[in-house]
Amino acid sequence: MDLAQRLLDGDRRAAARLITLIENGADGVELELKQIYPHTGQAHIVGITGPPGAGKSTLVSALARELRGRGKTVGIIAVDPTSPFTGGALLGDRIRMQELSTDSGVFIRSMASRGALGGLSRATADAVKVLDAFGCNVILVETVGAGQGEVDIARAAHSTIVVEVPGMGDEIQAIKAGILEIADVFAVNKADKAGAERTVMELEMMLQMNTRPGAWFPLIVKTVATSNKGIAELADALEKHLRYLRDSGELEQRLRANTLRELVDAAKEEFIGELWAELSQRDLATLTQSMLDHHLDPRSAAKELVRKFRNGS
Amino acid sequence: MKERRKIRVLIAKPGLDGHDRGAKVVARALRDAGMEVIYSGLRQTPEMIVETAIQEDVDVIGLSILSGAHLPLFSRLGELTREQGLDRVLIVAGGIIPDEDMPAVREMGIRAVFGPGSSTTDIVDFVLSNAPQDKG
Amino acid sequence: MASKQKEWEEGLLCKSLQRAPERREQFVTTSGVPVERLYTPVDIAGKDYATELGFPGEYPFTRGVHPTMYRGKLWTMRMFAGYGTAEETNARFKYLLEHGETGLSVAFDMPTLYGYDADQPMACGEFGKCGVAISSLADMEVLFAGIPVDEITTSMTINSPAAIIWAMYVVAAEKRGIPRQRLGGTIQNDILKEFIAQKEYIFPPGPSMRLIVDTIEFGAREMPLWNTISISGYHIREAGATAVQELAFTLYDGLAYVQAAIDRGLNVDDFAPRLSFFFNSHNDFFEEIAKFRAARRIWAKEMRDRFDAKEPRSWLMRFHTQTAGCSLTAQQPENNVVRTALQALAAVMGGTQSLHTNSMDEALALPSEKAARVALRTQQIIAHESGVTNTIDPLAGSYFVEALTDRTERAARDYFQKIDALGGAIPAIEAGFFQREIADSAHRYQKEIDEGKRTIVGVNDYQTQEPTSIPLLKMDPEGERKHLARLNRVRQERDNDEVRRRLQGLRQAAMGDANTMPYIIDAVRAYATLGEIMQVFRDVFGEYVETPVL
Ligand code: B12
Ligand SMILES: Nc1nc2c(ncn2[C@@H]2O[C@H](COP(=O)(O)OP(=O)(O)OP(=O)(O)O)[C@@H](O)[C@H]2O)c(=O)[nH]1
Ligand SMILES: [Mg+2]
Repeated sequence: MDLAQRLLDGDRRAAARLITLIENGADGVELELKQIYPHTGQAHIVGITGPPGAGKSTLVSALARELRGRGKTVGIIAVDPTSPFTGGALLGDRIRMQELSTDSGVFIRSMASRGALGGLSRATADAVKVLDAFGCNVILVETVGAGQGEVDIARAAHSTIVVEVPGMGDEIQAIKAGILEIADVFAVNKADKAGAERTVMELEMMLQMNTRPGAWFPLIVKTVATSNKGIAELADALEKHLRYLRDSGELEQRLRANTLRELVDAAKEEFIGELWAELSQRDLATLTQSMLDHHLDPRSAAKELVRKFRNGS
Repeated sequence: MKERRKIRVLIAKPGLDGHDRGAKVVARALRDAGMEVIYSGLRQTPEMIVETAIQEDVDVIGLSILSGAHLPLFSRLGELTREQGLDRVLIVAGGIIPDEDMPAVREMGIRAVFGPGSSTTDIVDFVLSNAPQDKG
Repeated sequence: MASKQKEWEEGLLCKSLQRAPERREQFVTTSGVPVERLYTPVDIAGKDYATELGFPGEYPFTRGVHPTMYRGKLWTMRMFAGYGTAEETNARFKYLLEHGETGLSVAFDMPTLYGYDADQPMACGEFGKCGVAISSLADMEVLFAGIPVDEITTSMTINSPAAIIWAMYVVAAEKRGIPRQRLGGTIQNDILKEFIAQKEYIFPPGPSMRLIVDTIEFGAREMPLWNTISISGYHIREAGATAVQELAFTLYDGLAYVQAAIDRGLNVDDFAPRLSFFFNSHNDFFEEIAKFRAARRIWAKEMRDRFDAKEPRSWLMRFHTQTAGCSLTAQQPENNVVRTALQALAAVMGGTQSLHTNSMDEALALPSEKAARVALRTQQIIAHESGVTNTIDPLAGSYFVEALTDRTERAARDYFQKIDALGGAIPAIEAGFFQREIADSAHRYQKEIDEGKRTIVGVNDYQTQEPTSIPLLKMDPEGERKHLARLNRVRQERDNDEVRRRLQGLRQAAMGDANTMPYIIDAVRAYATLGEIMQVFRDVFGEYVETPVL
């Protein structure tokens, strides 16, 4: 039986294997994804990002437990960076989620970024689809808040939690990382430490200045992930946000925008794939040489390439 | 463009054993050899280890145990991996495992044991040449 | 002096180097500290004898904690021992005492170390494998049957459940008519290094520290001869740390305990004399000796200047030493006797108060009787045949040893600053600071061996093909069954309502801020089991999960 079917029948190993195939960009994976696509679109997809060590994994674990208590099944995808030097990775998030590891209503998968950030966001999005089709009601995606890659992943989520911690210098981390705009909910975690109140106030002030009137005003929840404080409130905030998305029509808009972006990305890849398949090495070499000689600029060379492709060179 | 296929390894610490120096050293060595390594953390039951191996779809399970409780733990692990159909997964172990237990340990599905003084280069080589090649 | 040295370097030395270069570009200690070709008076110039060295038994105790040192009394020969049942371990204790050991040291099995009874699910397969199983007072009574606990001191390597095991020891002795005031010994009870290195934590840092301060307070009040904590570098070193890291992290932990007890409202001079330490003695002879000497000096300075302790007894650091298990090899195990002898010698030259020497079968199994005896004999040979005990701190004044002692102290203080900046020991643990430093050192050490940059005789050089054959420990295959039978009997014969009441009393105490020790003793006396008492704490305090640092 093919993987997609087994996965739809609830086989955990099939789900796990399909994610591997996605990560490896394996042959045949498109066919599987095609089969599961009609079964996706059910889950509430939540991105969780924030500075290293903020407690994201602990929070994900606590949140998953809370959601389980509310009768939901949960999928978790935790992304860690691949070493640019060795290509290897130590995937450490899962350790904080051990108590969930034998709950059959939870599926946890660690993924390495494997260099390509654009590629990562796509692999993650596809892995999310796998868990969605597998029947997870809520899918939590943890990434380290470090830049564009996270923003891309967040865009694919319905709701994004940005995790902050008190007292990490004067300036709130989100501003540095430029991920303020993507937050639907802020979790001020480690609220057992001094300065949580201040962080909340600073966030509020900042949001007051930056939120458009009429738009969703991000909720701020104080949490202590290690002792489950504020976790129910965090789950409530997510539900509230989802309700808002639905009621305001923003969900529809977001999905449309996402779907369009996916289409464009996929089209680009399709196109580039064909381009590579069709182009003659000789044309490539000639154009590269012209650029090296500074006779042609990159953009003009690219136009030339596309022209040749169209003409079936 | 295709990524080179990565070997995914779960380094696991079954039972109460807290000796983690060797497990960490081995985990780093495998990472440095380009593998994706998931570390289970301490105090894992065989059930937790096998479930993790399934969800993470690892190619290799590396068990590290120095406490002497390996026989019952490995035996349960062997049972579970068979039940779950993880036959393709390469299982190796390291730590303090007396020679006289070796036949029993092999019987439980463990392909190789690396004891004290093993070189991490040998461990990496063994994993590279014995990890299953059948996917992606 | 300096000009003479220059002359020598440019003349004789230079010629010699031209003829035959040295074996290596750079020479380093086991921990990677660079070692010069030669040390001279220049290296210790400006050193003030009185303030930096002083006399034995006097501040800053660099030369030792006692005015006569081993001329008066030898160190305590204390062999870490324990396996299987209380009966088997009791027999091993008696064997070691017969062969001349002078103190006891108990190794517990994994379930006991993690606070489980032998019949709890997490104990499956672990019974007696790593030490002796103690599930209730009944086991403790058997463990010390026929051993004069009022005459000998007992050290117990137990941490999260330390208060309970201590209570069992106290009650077992009291039932024999020996009052607790007369009991001498040590509980390890050092939770910070559990989070850092040994990994036997159970509760989160806050409540863990509270239980420790409870024991320190109780000890200060009721048990004048007991060391309520053994602040341990041994495990930190074994997990991979360098000598400097071992020293710095251990002393910093010590400072954290002192602060915690002061924060409870205790007077520093009331408890500081009962703090004890535990270090590792690794391969590099001089580096280890320098470490021990620096340790005493730093501690004295910190206790006097940082905490304003007034009593000299509060300034002096007493410590136990164990030779480095991680230096011992499974290959050609007989060679381990030699390694251990050198390490033990360093501990003695460094002025240890007590010593365990590892057995040649260290990397294979728990020590066999014979292997443990040879290890004990090693200490006896050093004590009685080598002559090193005839004078105090014989290496003092060596240009090299003094320079290395100073350097070690400076390096440790650099770490103090880093940890201070992280907000102290617990925040540094939570940030994974110690763990990462140690994992990095362990990684480096292993890499050097694998790359052949570090020679380990019999492992990556001078290998032989012959199979190793030394006899290994055999345990009673019926041990577990016998132990469980006793445990069942205890559960049947005790007054279960009384046990419930006392556990309830303990729960109240744990939830409030009363000292838990008297309640623990009450529960133990009624034969509440280790697992039952620990369960009360697990319920009240919760369990800690570490963020492993890889
Ligand atoms: C270091 C050490 C400790 C340190 C551990 C620090 C840490 N965080 O890891 C400390 C001091 C804390 C410690 C404590 C104890 N220890 Co201890 N410890 C050792 C020691 C001396 C060395 C182990 C080590 O780290 N070596 C260095 C590393 C790099 O080597 P390694 O772990 O063997 O790993 C290598 C190989 O085995 C292999 N490998 C290991 N894991 C894996 C995994 C995979 C997948 C692969 C492929 C290979 C592999 O590759 C590595 C590289 O060569 C051994 C004896 C010895 N010399 O082996 C005793 C030993 C393991 N300890 C022992 C005991 C009893 C204990 C205690 C229970 C003592 C007590 N009663 O209180 C406690 C329990 C601690 C706990 N929570 O579990 C016994 C176990 C007895 C048995 N099995 O029969 C031993 C054998 C000593 C003895 N002979 O008594 N210990
Ligand atoms: N005091 C306190 N510590 C917390 C809290 N939440 C998490 N921690 C601790 O913070 C540390 C980091 O937690 P993780 O969950 O691994 O953080 P993370 O953001 O996922 O880390 P990375 O994935 O490495 O970026 C751990 O030691 C947690 O126990 C909290 O609410 N309070
Ligand atoms: Mg994380």
